[in-house]
Amino acid sequence: MGKFKKFRYLIPAFTFYLTTLIFLQIAMGQQEHKLFEEDQCIVCHTEEDILPENFSENDIHLQVGLSCAGCHGGDPASDDMDESMDPESGFVGVPSKDEIPRFCGKCHSDINTMRQFQPRISTDQVEQYYTSVHGKKLLSGDEKVADCTSCHSSHEILPASDPRSTTYAENIPATCNHCHGDTEYMKKYGIATNQYEEFKESVHGIALLDNHDTGSPACNDCHGNHGATPPGVASVSHVCGICHVNNLEYFSETRMAEEFQKQGIHGCEECHGNHAVNKTFDKMVGVGAQSVCIDCHEKGDTGYNVAKNMYLQIENLVSRYDSASVKLEEVQKRGMDDVEISYLLQEANQNLIKTRTLVHTFDLGKVSSETEKGIQKADQAIGLITKEIRDFNVRRRGFGIATVFITILVIALFFKIREIEKKE
Amino acid sequence: MVTSRLSKLYSWVDDRFKITPLIEFSRHKRVPVHKHSIWYYMGGVALFLFIIQVGTGILLLLYYQPGIDSGYESVRFIMTEVNFGWLIRSIHSWSANVFVFIVFIHMFSTFFTGAFRKPRELTWISGFILLALAMGFGFSGYLLPWNELAFFATKVGTDIAGAVPFIGDAIKIVLRGGEDVTGATLSRFYAFHVALLPAIFTIALSLHLLFIQRQGMHEPEFFKNLPENKKKVIPFFPNFILRDALLWLIVLNILLYLAVFFPWELGVKADPFEPAPEGIRPEWYFMFMFQSLKLLPSHVFFIEGEVFGVLFFTVVAFAWLLVPLWEIKSKSDKNKARPMTILGLVVIAYILIMTIWGYVV
Repeated sequence: MGKFKKFRYLIPAFTFYLTTLIFLQIAMGQQEHKLFEEDQCIVCHTEEDILPENFSENDIHLQVGLSCAGCHGGDPASDDMDESMDPESGFVGVPSKDEIPRFCGKCHSDINTMRQFQPRISTDQVEQYYTSVHGKKLLSGDEKVADCTSCHSSHEILPASDPRSTTYAENIPATCNHCHGDTEYMKKYGIATNQYEEFKESVHGIALLDNHDTGSPACNDCHGNHGATPPGVASVSHVCGICHVNNLEYFSETRMAEEFQKQGIHGCEECHGNHAVNKTFDKMVGVGAQSVCIDCHEKGDTGYNVAKNMYLQIENLVSRYDSASVKLEEVQKRGMDDVEISYLLQEANQNLIKTRTLVHTFDLGKVSSETEKGIQKADQAIGLITKEIRDFNVRRRGFGIATVFITILVIALFFKIREIEKKE
Repeated sequence: MVTSRLSKLYSWVDDRFKITPLIEFSRHKRVPVHKHSIWYYMGGVALFLFIIQVGTGILLLLYYQPGIDSGYESVRFIMTEVNFGWLIRSIHSWSANVFVFIVFIHMFSTFFTGAFRKPRELTWISGFILLALAMGFGFSGYLLPWNELAFFATKVGTDIAGAVPFIGDAIKIVLRGGEDVTGATLSRFYAFHVALLPAIFTIALSLHLLFIQRQGMHEPEFFKNLPENKKKVIPFFPNFILRDALLWLIVLNILLYLAVFFPWELGVKADPFEPAPEGIRPEWYFMFMFQSLKLLPSHVFFIEGEVFGVLFFTVVAFAWLLVPLWEIKSKSDKNKARPMTILGLVVIAYILIMTIWGYVV
C-alpha cells in the first residue's frame, strides 16, 4: 500500500478537475437557455404566438446574445408590457422602410461595437448602400427598392459563410432574383428580368450553381453588394479583370480599348456578353460564322486579316496538340515510357492557354510567337512518341527472333531426346 | 588432343574430390515414366524460375536504389534509360508470379500423388517452407518500386500481420520498422528481399534438392505395384535433364512474350499523405486470404473477425505443413475417393473461389 502513498494527492486533484468540468458543462448548457427563459420579449411574444414570421433561433444576433431589445430597444427584463415597451426606456419598435439602413447601421456602422464580434469587419455598408441604385432610390422616396432586410432577412440573419444564408455565394443569384426576376415588380424600372435565367446557363452560373464552385462569381461579385450598381462602360472591363487579370491587361493596352471607350462600347461584354457569358471557344476568333470579330470587321480590312490568321495559328497548335495527345495514348497502351512526352504536352498546353489569352492583344506577332513555341513542343512530343513506338516494334521483332531461336533449340532437343531414347 | 586434356583435368579433379561416385550415382539414377510423370517437371520449372529470379534480381541490383526519394525513380530509370532494363524488370516481375504459381502446382501435385508420405516428410516440410519464403519474396519485392498500389497494399498486409494475438503488434513494428509504412519499411523490405530471404531460401532449397536426390523420385502406388519388368523408367541423366531443359526453354519463351507484350507497370509514385486509392489489393496469391478476411463479420464468437481469420489461416497453414504426420488413411475400397484427395480438392476450390471473388467484387 505504501508504494501508492506518493499518489495520494492525485485523488482530490482529480475529483476537483472532474467537478469543475461537470460544473462548466452544466453552466454552458444553462447559458444557452437563459436567453429564452429570462428575456421577457421572447417569453411574452412566444406565449402570445406573435413572434415575427421569420423568427429563427439560429439568427446570428441571437447566437451572440443580442436579443429583441438590442435592435428594438425597451426593457427585456420587465414582464409588464407597458413598462418594457415604454419609449422612455428606449423602445423604438418596428422601423419604417426608410429607417431600416440607419436602424441596422446603429451597430454595423460603429467599429467600436462591431470589433467586439469581428475585429476585421467592415463598417461602411450603410455608406455604400446610399451610393447604390437601391439606396439612392430609397432616399428619393421609392419604397419598393431593396433595403438590408430584403437580402439578409430580418429575424433569421445568418453569416454569408453559412450555406443556409440568403447571402451565401450559391444563394445570392436567387436572392437577387427574388425582386429582379419579378416582371410585375420591376415593371416601373424598365429593366430586363431575365438575368437569372441567363446567368444560370452561363459559364459562371454553371460553375456556381451546378458545380458548387463558390469561387465563381455571383451577382454581387460584378455589381457590388451594398453598393450595388450596374458597371459602366469604363468599369466593366475592370469588373471582369478582377479575375481575368491577363485578359484585362492585354486588352487595355490595345487601340481597340481606346476606341471602345470613345464609342461607349462595353469592353469585354461586347464579345462575351454579360449575364449569359458562354464558355469561350476558338471559333469565336477568326472569320467563320461563329466569330465575334466579323461583327465589326469586314473582309479586306486589317482586323479581318488579323482575326483570320490568329484563328489559323490557334487551330494549327490545337491540331498538333490533339494529334500528339492521341498518339500518347498509343504509347501508354503499349506500356512504353511516357514521362518526357507528358511533360512536353503539358508545356504545349500551357502555350495554348497563353495563346488564347494573348488573343486579347489583337497582335498577330505575339499570338504567332506563342503558338510557334507550343507547336515546337508538340512536335518534339510527336518525335519522342514515334521513337517509343519504333522501340516497341524493335522489341517485338527481337522477341520474334528470340522465339525462332528458342523454337529451333526446342525442336533440336526434342529430336535429340527421341534419338537417345530410341537407342535404348 | 582435346579429349586427352579433358581426361587429364578430370583425373586431376577426381584425385582430389572423388567425383566418380557422384557421376556413377547420376548415371544410374532412374526416373519412373507413367501417366502422372508430367508433375515431376514442376519442381524443375520452379527451380529454373528461381534461377531467373536470381539472375534478373542481381542485374536490377546494379541500378536499384532503395529510399522514398530514389526507389521509384531508380525503377523508372531502369525501365526507361538502362539498356534492356525494361526487359529485365518485366521478366523479374512476371517470373516472380509464374514462380509462385508453379510452386503452388508443384505442391498440390505432390499432395495429390501422395509424395509427401514416408520417407519424404522432410522434403514436403522443406517444400512448404520454400513456398512460404516465395510468398515472402513476393510481399517484400512488391513494395520496392514504392508505387501507390504497393504502398497501400503493404500497409494493409502489415496491418493484417498486426492482428495476430499477443505478438501481432511486435511483428507489425518489426516489419514496418516503426508505427507506419515509411522509408524505414522500404529499407527493411529491401534487406529482407535481397539478403535475408535469399540466404534462408538457399539453405531450404539445398536441403530440398538434397532430399530429392538422395531418395529419388516418388513412385505412385499403382506404379509400385507393377511387376519390375513392366515399370518403365528413363535415366535421370541425360534423358530427364534434357526433357527438363526443353520445358525450361518453353517457359523462357513464355516469359519473354509476357515481358514484351504485357510490360509490368510501374504505376504512380506512392504518396503517404494521399488517401488510399480505390481497388487496393494484394498480389493474387494473397487474395484468397485477403478476401476471406474481408468477408468475416466484425466478431466471430467472442473473437474479433480479423483476429479469427488470421488465427484460422495460421492453424490451417500449420496443419498443411504437418500433413505427413496426420494424413487420413483411406479404407481399402479402391473405388472410393481418398479422403485426402477430397480435402485437397476442397482447399483448391476454396482458394479459386475466394481469389475470383476478390477480383470480381
